[in-house]
Amino acid sequence: MADGDRLNEAAGSVGRPAPLPIRAVPVRHWGRWVAAVLVLLALGGIAWAFAVGQIDWPTVGRYLFASVMLQGVGNTVLVSVGSMLLGLILGVAFAVMRLSRNPVTSGVAWLYIWFFRGTPVLVQLLIWYNLALVFRTFTIPGVYSAPMSQVMTPFLATLLGLGINEGAYMAEIVRAGISSVDHGQTEASQALGMTGGKTMRRIVLPQAMRVIVPPTGNEFINLLKTSSLASVITYGELMRSAQNVYTRTLQTVELLFVASIWYLAITTVFSSGQYYVERHFSQGSAVEQGPTPLQRIASLVLSVRHARLPGGAR
Amino acid sequence: MSFLQRPGAGQLPMVQAEAVHKSFGAVEVLKGIDLTVQPGEVFCVIGPSGSGKSTFLRCINHLEKIDAGRLRVDGELVGYRESGGLLYELKDREVAERRRDIGMVFQRFNLFPHMTALANVTEAPVQVRREPRARARQRAEALLERVGLADKRDVFPAQLSGGQQQRVAIARALAMEPKLMLFDEPTSALDPELVGEVLDVMRGLADEGMTMIVVTHEMGFAREVGDALVFMDGGVVVEAGHPREVLADPRHERTRAFLSKVL
Ligand SMILES: Nc1ncnc2c1ncn2[C@@H]1O[C@H](COP(=O)(O)OP(=O)(O)OP(=O)(O)O)[C@@H](O)[C@H]1O
Ligand SMILES: [Mg+2]
Repeated sequence: MADGDRLNEAAGSVGRPAPLPIRAVPVRHWGRWVAAVLVLLALGGIAWAFAVGQIDWPTVGRYLFASVMLQGVGNTVLVSVGSMLLGLILGVAFAVMRLSRNPVTSGVAWLYIWFFRGTPVLVQLLIWYNLALVFRTFTIPGVYSAPMSQVMTPFLATLLGLGINEGAYMAEIVRAGISSVDHGQTEASQALGMTGGKTMRRIVLPQAMRVIVPPTGNEFINLLKTSSLASVITYGELMRSAQNVYTRTLQTVELLFVASIWYLAITTVFSSGQYYVERHFSQGSAVEQGPTPLQRIASLVLSVRHARLPGGAR
Repeated sequence: MSFLQRPGAGQLPMVQAEAVHKSFGAVEVLKGIDLTVQPGEVFCVIGPSGSGKSTFLRCINHLEKIDAGRLRVDGELVGYRESGGLLYELKDREVAERRRDIGMVFQRFNLFPHMTALANVTEAPVQVRREPRARARQRAEALLERVGLADKRDVFPAQLSGGQQQRVAIARALAMEPKLMLFDEPTSALDPELVGEVLDVMRGLADEGMTMIVVTHEMGFAREVGDALVFMDGGVVVEAGHPREVLADPRHERTRAFLSKVL
């Protein structure tokens, strides 16, 4: 900074007059203020209407941290994360298959994507749950055998139903990501003697992640809420918990509010996680990465403390 | 620090092409290329755009498959095994294995953007040759030093100039200790003032006896460093000889016309 100033002075001292500083009146954004006031008024009005409406707010507060609801939250998170992981693995596998030059492989992948994207998730969940209608027993020859109705628990049916469905969507997202990586990368890697699989794992996929992560965050948030469909097959997730309570107490709207507050909270937590994942995979991109919000807060706190200490300020 | 041995005489040719043909769909890009590259030679390839120079280079490490003719590297057929008068296509793994001995440097660098300069150089030794990480790192540092970039080892490619990127790319190829290096217009994407630093590295490599095939528009480099030169046009070798002779006194009209445009 100081050096720069000196340089400027040196340049200025060669005989040119000092440049005229700019002292301008900034543009006033009257419209913004008016709009902000209108929006606040509208929001306030809506909030007021809800507050005085026929909604028993103390009930909402009472059930928000009730153990039934917390259990539902836990199950929702568990099955969503599990399904997403399954979806990711299937998505990568089927994306690679879809891009394969082998017509059988890419045909199988096409069929998978076609079927699972093309039928309602609700139907898929019901089919998994009622798989005993088709396969009476679940058998791994010589190792394990049990009636399907015992094996296919609500949890497993939800995991498979949501995960396999998600895999079909993820396959398309991953395929777009892989296609976005410059072909020169594959060539450079092959020229170094890497096999196709290694090239995919070490070179192409890490670069594809930059394209893959943002829509995947979207998918996950969608999945979190789609998991409420599992209440139909009696899996004890958040929506099912709310239903269990309100069929007893008839406080339907209140319990739906409780569930929504929790969905919002979970979504918020995972969205902020996405920020860090995106940062990780944008390593090496031309855009310089600034500090994370947490680092910014930390440095702010530090600088305040330094300023207080004598001699600590810079 | 010459770890590259200058090979003795009486060895197999490093590259031998006999009537190599290559088509893309209906377009015949290589129409019968014959040439021989001896070990330790700096072999330059010049020619107008679209004449098939890159395609030929890519055939040598089987990034493209040839349609007819025979192409041998160090005595072995590229991409095939010959047995009992029949050709057997090599598996992905076997092709990859043969490519380890052939380094390639691209016009557009193709560094791995998600890795630091050092990681770019250590990637193949660790992943392909299963070299211990510490040893690979040590060699990579020496290689970066050798191309004059010791201080850039922790920098990502996006923060390097074109010339620096290309030098890292050369170090990356050298890390596999290849016996043959292919250069596809390594300086064409560079600003004029950056060309020199890359050519210097290549010159050093030539001095150490590396066998190199260099597609280039740098006639000065070909004249000073080259041991042999071919002029390609329309998918055939039009003229071959010692660079100084071909460049000073071309025999063919097409060579003369091309040189008058680029010199
Ligand atoms: N993958 C491909 N598919 C179809 N045509 C191709 C392909 N690669 C190259 N060609 C064609 O083959 C011809 C020769 O291309 P090549 O890249 O070998 O030329 P070149 O001599 O390297 O030219 P330049 O000096 O511009 O790099 C061109 O007409 C090009 O369009
Ligand atoms: Mg070319």
